[in-house]
Amino acid sequence: MPRAAPDPDLIERHRLSTRLWHWLNALLLYVLFTSGLGIFNAHPRLYWGHYGANFDHAWLVLDRFPGWITLPGHYSLALSRHWHLAAAPIFAFALLAYMLWSLGNRHVQRDLALTRADVAPRHIWRDILDHARLRFPRGEAARRYGFLQKASYIGVIFVALPLVILTGLTMSPGMNAAIPWLIDLFGGRQSARSIHFLAAFALAAFFLVHILMVLLSGPFNQMRAMLTGRYRLPAERP
Amino acid sequence: MILARRTLLLGAAASLTGCDRLARNERFREALFSAENFHRWAQRSLMARDALAHEFRPDQISPIFRANGTANPNTPEYKALWRNGFADWRLRVDGRVSRELSLSLSQLHALPHREQITRHDCVEGWSAIGKWRGVPLRTILDGAGLRSDARYLVFHCADTMGNGSAYYESIDLIDAVHPQTILAFALNDRPLTVANGAPLRLRVERQLGYKQAKYLTRIEAVSTLAGIGRGKGGYWEDHAGYDWYAGI
Repeated sequence: MPRAAPDPDLIERHRLSTRLWHWLNALLLYVLFTSGLGIFNAHPRLYWGHYGANFDHAWLVLDRFPGWITLPGHYSLALSRHWHLAAAPIFAFALLAYMLWSLGNRHVQRDLALTRADVAPRHIWRDILDHARLRFPRGEAARRYGFLQKASYIGVIFVALPLVILTGLTMSPGMNAAIPWLIDLFGGRQSARSIHFLAAFALAAFFLVHILMVLLSGPFNQMRAMLTGRYRLPAERP
Repeated sequence: MILARRTLLLGAAASLTGCDRLARNERFREALFSAENFHRWAQRSLMARDALAHEFRPDQISPIFRANGTANPNTPEYKALWRNGFADWRLRVDGRVSRELSLSLSQLHALPHREQITRHDCVEGWSAIGKWRGVPLRTILDGAGLRSDARYLVFHCADTMGNGSAYYESIDLIDAVHPQTILAFALNDRPLTVANGAPLRLRVERQLGYKQAKYLTRIEAVSTLAGIGRGKGGYWEDHAGYDWYAGI
């Protein structure tokens, strides 16, 4: 049987490191977010500064999160903590490995770093409009990420994920003794707890938009790319 | 949303009910709970043995120091001690020691003190800053003389919890001889109130609040935690599955 000619529109999009990390992260963030809500339910109030308990001024007071979104599904601070603290180190070391790997194989420099053209105001505005109209790049333009994609991936990998890890460590009395500057960096344990909570919800918001974009921009093609690495460039509009 | 989540997680293996079911599996549970060992190892590797918990300025003290857990042991024995201003209260030090001790509050007051303004971190998430004064545990241990097979200190308390079990906690010798590990009898320049553990409580500043045992009656040096309570090293460890090493 004659071999089919290679399809020029089927490109190699995601490297193995990206695919592995992506799925591991999907699992870990899910466990961390839901068990984190379980932990939060033990004291659903947030404060700024070094201390904060019931008598102190809370900037946010919530009800407990319902069981369908917490891990475990019933209230158990101990079990939520076991899930959270078991997943957290894997998550942190995986991120570190992925960062180093992606700098080493130039994924960051080649695919994620914003170029001068990316940050031109006209380009940014166009990218926002295109997203708002759900006009996703096609043809050659689909080989590269646009401004919003690059900015959100950089924001997640280099800002939000390190932030949840560092603020998480800052809440640990043992880590405070081991790495004293962490507590100064975030302005206190309760500030770190607040930032941890905000960063977790920023990541949850990213997750929802990310899923939405996959569904709107060709879920089969996107899913194949994240599973096998291969992505079919959408044909140019006629 | 549900569909997307399923797709993303490659099936229902990690869906919440799946996770709950996994956590009931004995071997998975053990693996999950063993993360405590990693955290203890990592923290102990990262920090010097006597690395200090952060100490705060007087103006950073919490206006109100929240009390948690038992607010009053309320047993006949405790009430009798309290009525007498704890004049009849004694702290026993026994177990794997060379000299058993029985110390009164005034004997403890007469020993060298340490004062520290530290943050109390409750496992629930809140924290309070208070100024503690007390006797370094190390001073007591030097007086009692630990035997060579002593590995842990068990703190027995006057309060019984809801199910009738006495509160207790334990630490290893690394934390026991740490300079900030004190037997505190004063909070914010006043004798400990009943809600905060009168007349004496433990402070282990590099760990969470449930390790800071209140209403101390006895310190027992042991070579193993097996046979005490349900053997996990503390009331909450035994009854609710909390980590014994509470550094995170």
